[in-house]
Amino acid sequence: MSPRKPTPPSQELIKGVWRENPVLVQLLGLCPALAVTNSVANSLAMSAAVLFVLVGSSLLVSTIKRIVPSDVRISTYILIIATFVTIADMILEASVPAVHKELGAFVALIVVNCIILGRQEAFASRNSVGRSLLDAVGMSIGFTLTMVLMGTVREVLGNGTFLGISVMGPHYEPWVIMILPPGGFLTLGTILLVFSWIKRRGEERAKPATAAAGPAVGKAA
Amino acid sequence: MTAPATQPPRPSASAQRLIGTLGGFGVLAGLLIVSVFAATQPRIRANKAAALAAAINEVLAAPEHYDTLYVTADSLSHTLPAGGNAETAEAVYLGWREGRPAGFAIVANGPGFQDNIRLIFGFDAASSQLLGMKVLESKETPGLGDKIYKDAEFVAQFTRVRAPLVGVKEGQGEGLPTELVMITGATISSRALIKAINTTLERVGPLLAAYVPQESQP
Repeated sequence: MSPRKPTPPSQELIKGVWRENPVLVQLLGLCPALAVTNSVANSLAMSAAVLFVLVGSSLLVSTIKRIVPSDVRISTYILIIATFVTIADMILEASVPAVHKELGAFVALIVVNCIILGRQEAFASRNSVGRSLLDAVGMSIGFTLTMVLMGTVREVLGNGTFLGISVMGPHYEPWVIMILPPGGFLTLGTILLVFSWIKRRGEERAKPATAAAGPAVGKAA
Repeated sequence: MTAPATQPPRPSASAQRLIGTLGGFGVLAGLLIVSVFAATQPRIRANKAAALAAAINEVLAAPEHYDTLYVTADSLSHTLPAGGNAETAEAVYLGWREGRPAGFAIVANGPGFQDNIRLIFGFDAASSQLLGMKVLESKETPGLGDKIYKDAEFVAQFTRVRAPLVGVKEGQGEGLPTELVMITGATISSRALIKAINTTLERVGPLLAAYVPQESQP
């Protein structure tokens, strides 16, 4: 058996955007995706906070991975993540107080966001600093795209605006439910459905090409 | 038959190393948080003060300046009660315009439909008339309860109504100066505002009436 080919660095960055999108494929970080996407501004602020925490934690965890004993690694990661979250919380409160008030407890809850701890345990603690940085940035971009997509759908339909600017005209009657909690579930469910359909269609299109290339020898579980 | 090969368990790190690692990272985390706290706190305080000043400006129709008066058990005082904290002590704000009192701005709280509603209102103690109202914090239902601060007609009523407020449904009032027409579909939120203002005035109203204004320098 030939040794596994190392993943090219560009793939570490791109994988989080589509193939391993943290929200749409891994179904992680659903709590903020449902709770704070009632406007594009809130989605962007939450995404910026997650980017800061994920990049900061991944850089630090990949740097110190050899000096942290395995028994206390999770506690150490949580300590590092909580530190970055506290810093992000204070910076948001100082720089954009209105958005900080809107996000409420959800900034502090980034500590328990599974995307962050998941990337530390699954990637940053086993890879180099450079690859961990690319992975963190890629995952953050994937998270941001999903959050902004949800925020756009919910704000446009639920308020008739995009980033506070009216886009639906003065006679548009907003679908208030879209900015209420049920709107979060409806939007996420619809996006997951469309995403899954696109993915499946791509796989079905790829099948005839694989069959034409020759019979499969084995199938991975 | 051979026993399945198992990997020997990895030896645990010594207790001192575990404690040292967690303690070391704890100290570093603490130092980092304290540094960022020290750097951001002045701006956070300034933001809060600016938000409060803007709200006072709005409910007292742009006074030239205002005094902070701390609420004690039996009076209003310019000085902070002993052992009190300037940020958490209850206070009212007396606005001044052309050397005369322009009214008090008072912060009130009360339970709304979803969560606590925090508001500030302007009040003229001599005539018991409200001068304005601004909702500072609210999580009332978008599209329904949030009309308590988005419905300009409803908010405008707080510039002419007299205390104690009486909430009436649309078309059912008798034209009394204390009547405030509630919002259809947001009756609970409207009542919450009325109750918060009335309750606060019941408590601090006598202190406001007894206070003899002494203008301080802006």
